[in-house]
Amino acid sequence: MAASAIFLMDSKGKVLISRNYRGDVPMSVASKFVSKILEEEDLNLKPIIQEDGISYIYVKYNNLFLLATTERNANAATILLFLYKMIEVFNEYFKELEEESIRDNFVVIYELMDEMMDFGYPQSTEPKILQEYITQEGYKLERGAKGIMLPAAITGAVSWRKEGIKYNKNEVFLDVVESINLLVSANGTVLRSEIVGAVKMKSKLSGMPELRLGLNDKILFENSNKTGAPKGKGVELEDVKFHQCVRLSKFENDRTISFIPPDGEFELMSYRLNTTVKPLIWVECISDTHAHSRVEYMVKAKSQFKGKSIANNVEIIVPVPPDADTPKFRCTVGTCKYAPEKDAIIWTIKQFPGGGKEFLMRAHFGLPSISDEKPATKPPIMVKFEIPYYTVSGIQVRYLKIIEKSGYQALPWVRYVCLSGDYQFRTS
Amino acid sequence: MSDSKYFQTTKKGEIHELKEELLSQREDKKKEAVKKVIAAMTVGKDVSMLFTHVLNCMQTHNLELKKLVYLYVMNYAKNHPDRAILAVNTFQKDATDPNPLIRALAVRTMGCIRVDNITEHLCEPLRHALKDQDPYVRKTAAVCVAKLYDVNPELVENQGFLNILNDMLGDSNPMVVANAVAALTEIDEVSKTEVFRIHSGNLNKLLAALNECTEWGQVFILNSLCKYTPRDSQEAENVCERVAPRLQHANSAVVLSAVKVLMKYLNSIPNGDSVRTFCKKMAPPLVTLLSKEPEIQFLGLRNINLIVQRRPEILQYEMKVFFCKYNDPIYVKMEKLEIMIMLANEKNIDEVLLEFKEYATEIDVEFVRKAVRAIGRCAIKIDRASERCIQVLLDLIQTKVNYVVQEAIIVIKDIFRKYPNKYEGIIATLCANLESLDEPEAKASMIWIIGEYAERIDNAHELLNSFLEGFKDENSQVQLQLLTAIVKLFLKRPKDAQQMVQTVLNLSTQESDNPDLRDRGFVYWRLLSTDFEAAKAVVLSEKPLITDTTSQLDESLLNELIMNISTLASVYHKPPETFVAKLKGIKRGMRKEEEDEEEPDYVDDDNNGPSPNQGYAGQQQQNNQQYGQQQQQQRSGNLIDLDLSDLGSALPQQSNNPYASPQQQQYNNSNDLGFLGGGGNNNVRSPVQKSVIFGGDKSQSIQIAGAFSRANNRVSLELTLSNNSQQQMARFKIQFYQNSFGISPIDPILNCPPIEPGQTIEVSIPIQCANAAFTQPFNPVIDMAMMVLPSQEKFYFKMNFPFNCLFTENGRLERDSYLAMWRSIPETNERQKEIQIRLNQFDPASLLAKLNQKNLFEIVRKSNNGQEISFLSCKTENSIYILVELTFSQNSRVCKAISKSTAPEVMPIFEHTLDNLINNA
Repeated sequence: MAASAIFLMDSKGKVLISRNYRGDVPMSVASKFVSKILEEEDLNLKPIIQEDGISYIYVKYNNLFLLATTERNANAATILLFLYKMIEVFNEYFKELEEESIRDNFVVIYELMDEMMDFGYPQSTEPKILQEYITQEGYKLERGAKGIMLPAAITGAVSWRKEGIKYNKNEVFLDVVESINLLVSANGTVLRSEIVGAVKMKSKLSGMPELRLGLNDKILFENSNKTGAPKGKGVELEDVKFHQCVRLSKFENDRTISFIPPDGEFELMSYRLNTTVKPLIWVECISDTHAHSRVEYMVKAKSQFKGKSIANNVEIIVPVPPDADTPKFRCTVGTCKYAPEKDAIIWTIKQFPGGGKEFLMRAHFGLPSISDEKPATKPPIMVKFEIPYYTVSGIQVRYLKIIEKSGYQALPWVRYVCLSGDYQFRTS
Repeated sequence: MSDSKYFQTTKKGEIHELKEELLSQREDKKKEAVKKVIAAMTVGKDVSMLFTHVLNCMQTHNLELKKLVYLYVMNYAKNHPDRAILAVNTFQKDATDPNPLIRALAVRTMGCIRVDNITEHLCEPLRHALKDQDPYVRKTAAVCVAKLYDVNPELVENQGFLNILNDMLGDSNPMVVANAVAALTEIDEVSKTEVFRIHSGNLNKLLAALNECTEWGQVFILNSLCKYTPRDSQEAENVCERVAPRLQHANSAVVLSAVKVLMKYLNSIPNGDSVRTFCKKMAPPLVTLLSKEPEIQFLGLRNINLIVQRRPEILQYEMKVFFCKYNDPIYVKMEKLEIMIMLANEKNIDEVLLEFKEYATEIDVEFVRKAVRAIGRCAIKIDRASERCIQVLLDLIQTKVNYVVQEAIIVIKDIFRKYPNKYEGIIATLCANLESLDEPEAKASMIWIIGEYAERIDNAHELLNSFLEGFKDENSQVQLQLLTAIVKLFLKRPKDAQQMVQTVLNLSTQESDNPDLRDRGFVYWRLLSTDFEAAKAVVLSEKPLITDTTSQLDESLLNELIMNISTLASVYHKPPETFVAKLKGIKRGMRKEEEDEEEPDYVDDDNNGPSPNQGYAGQQQQNNQQYGQQQQQQRSGNLIDLDLSDLGSALPQQSNNPYASPQQQQYNNSNDLGFLGGGGNNNVRSPVQKSVIFGGDKSQSIQIAGAFSRANNRVSLELTLSNNSQQQMARFKIQFYQNSFGISPIDPILNCPPIEPGQTIEVSIPIQCANAAFTQPFNPVIDMAMMVLPSQEKFYFKMNFPFNCLFTENGRLERDSYLAMWRSIPETNERQKEIQIRLNQFDPASLLAKLNQKNLFEIVRKSNNGQEISFLSCKTENSIYILVELTFSQNSRVCKAISKSTAPEVMPIFEHTLDNLINNA
């Protein structure tokens, strides 16, 4: 189950800070790990490796390695997730986790490592609560009731919120963010299209408020429609994941989303839908390669979302051969840029109106007269965009009820936005 | 304020200066000094000489300073066990501090100091902490018990901490419950006795805590639920319903643990509808794992691999989510590919093939190879798609990309094996690519194809001749294959290959120092020089069909891995005992056998990863098995009358060559499997000991010797019939009279050729025992009659039927099920017997291994005060389970057997059989 030790290392594998939780794996194995991952070919570099009876579980983040070791049949999922949680907590503490911030905060990191994991078992990892009693400033411990005390939340049923929070103006902001993952084959068939949505919340509420969120959830609608509730189009959410504050068994029973929110920003829920939607922005690319002389591209982009909406900051990234030179562009709208570091053309359109608008771009590159015979890579065309006030799934927040015993009125604010996720068109 | 300044002191005299500062009266000075010490410790400098000085700072009211000192003590106490004792006082004092934060800190840190004279002093503070009024202290103390157990298990047992921990399962605070569960689970893993048992009493408490504790606590509790076997389907369903909401948790570790619980409990639910409902709930969360970080995707995919093998229905419609994305890391792509092959079926094969074809044109060589191989595996897996697969492979060959062509040829060879006489039309295309082959495996595959289809390839002799020229420089895999191919060619078209066969035999036997090659050369040589027709029958015989089992895990291993979902075992696809040293001793021995057969496809040594040979491991195994079976069937099909006994024993084991013709494989396997099908050959070591049951004095016209045996899931009566009369005996009919086992021959007419006067033949009679039914009183003797046709002479005889022939190969119970079943059988069904061991010498381990071979499986063995207690299970053909506990005492020749069964009437005969099994070497 448990991790034996945790290391934070720089990109060259030098240990910046480490904590030995169980003492059963020698700390010197860190150097073995380093030589292993530096020698090994990419292909064999899995995130979980084993050597001489010791398992190494690691993630890479900002030129850092976070490594856990164990010699048991540990719960790899827990350890991986814990490493990610560490990143989250450290980011919350030091803005950005990187080599510098580790050196600057080693005392706090030791304290956090001591508090977040005990004998290899993850303990309290809620950044908000940790910040309550592990602070960066040194503090005096005074005798008696004053001085640093343990937040009750840490072992309470509501381990993510402290008591006694106070705001003059009670507000809640909800962001419904949907990102579209799309994979289109070279001949224009949609292979996969998927919506990954999230409801992000920023709560500025006093006390211990009880919240209930109402969505146009299809299953809920179908149930309530029998009893004559208001009609409307429901959305069938395929896989819903909730922040730990949401009462899962309650959701399982009657699909109500009820919770006491943490303070500040957090992701309340995420969901996924596999419905085939018409790709919001469709891209076709015809390339004409004259070996050893030139290559020409004609790219057509078309909006396939409603005319009322506008896609902002659209970027269409078209891959070109790494040895291409002397770019020339012509486009009906937007600007084109050659990005040699990405071996791609980036065609930027600040505002792309919906309703079947079509834009064209032509590009011309020179090719060197000699080329190596290596087989060419075939990176896909990628598209980035954001469409405000729009969701593909049609999800809607119908209400957010806020009940606190002091009886204050709080206003919920809701925003919708649709983003591109992994949005790829394969090239032939 | 930045701490980095503490790292900057590198001047000489630093240690001395630090000592001074540590002695300072001012708290802030002290703190600065300790920070410098910790900084030095962090960068790996030895600051252990400051131990006493740092220790002096321990008594402080500054929490930050205290934590730093504690951290230092934790790190260096080992170096100064004598002085560490000085810290005990402060620890003990802090353990009674009014601030729970400090009480917990003291207990937590003390537990981390693995020095004997400190642990002694830990007991009292720990006992208080376990009963502390603050839950934070209690949850810290719970983990501390596990720490103490790791250092000194006896101490924990003697102090009664385990009982306290068990009581804590009922604590009002869910975090305390979760940590108690974690500690108990860990202790139970290493302890000799069971310290953590989930029963209906605490089950509900755990389920209640599940709803309220932190995400990590939920993981601990969910994992512990897997230790429990539900009493009935109702209970199983209840637990599943309580656990299913966890699938909605944002933390993937919680999700995977919930999946594990469901996978286990679903086995206890017979109702198909409920199972379907839960399966349906599992699919979306599993798919969502693929939208997480790549490391989590990898872990998820390794687990999905197991889940798909057990319950393919869960993800059967989700093929598309496993399509590889351009920017997926290679380790994710490789795992996705594996699952795509598993999910491929007739309906989705078209889109799958398009994907594979796309991948085969990427640039990552290993990924491309795997994609090509995937196409071949689909062809073998899905009969009706084979044609389309071949077409895609041919398209890929046209790309002329060297490694694609080679890989394609390797898989086409397998496709030929699966669908003989169907796709040979493409041979010409393959031959056109001969010159691009430079890898041994591809070359060997091509040569195999040429040899196998020599009669259809006009210029086969020229092609093979061109390879023969460089024979000496070839890899041994290619040499072996070339030898076989040329011999095949010679047997098919003797005129074309006369010269070549001579050359290759010379090269193999005289100029090579590779023993495999030499031996194979000699075998062919002898075969060819003795009897051309026999050689033809051997070398050109029909080959068994192959199937794709590359990624399939053995059933019992799969079961065990499913129970280990989300752990490292599920990532490596290896049982924990194979890579963890510290586990219950009893578990280790029990797996040995499976471990040896299993070829995990995730190997973590240097040749790690899907090497080009990877695909073969499993397939090879399968082939061997098939050859083994074939050999059994051919026992009477006397192929050649060669005296190979001297050669046979000299033949080495060649297990790494998939190309050898089946007969060669037989020779190779002969060391394990008795001997090759040499029929009446006297050198055959018969697998069953027959005894004469009729006509022993030769006064009768027939002599019959026989024995019942069980092999490959089948029971048979093996008879040796000798014709002592003057006439031919043409046909035989055997009849079983009513017997206590309810068994009878499947076909009363014996499948054997006529026996000439004076001749002896062996015949195997399959026995029908699928509908065995036991009748009382139990009598192991079966009366039989045999009638000889056409003379209609009838002989009567009787035989003892060994009850163990009815023990099935799948009678091994999982440990949990064993316990549950043992408990569920009433005491009245329990019997005890003392079995005298009459063997000259014995040891329990080998005895139990022997029982294992007879399908009486050992579940667990424990050693205890010079006693070895072994728990075994078996299952009869009519699904009666018999559980038995054997106790061997040192220096005693009596073995105590306590047995229980769902059908008590079989017990007497079972005990009798057990006695026989133990005492017959």
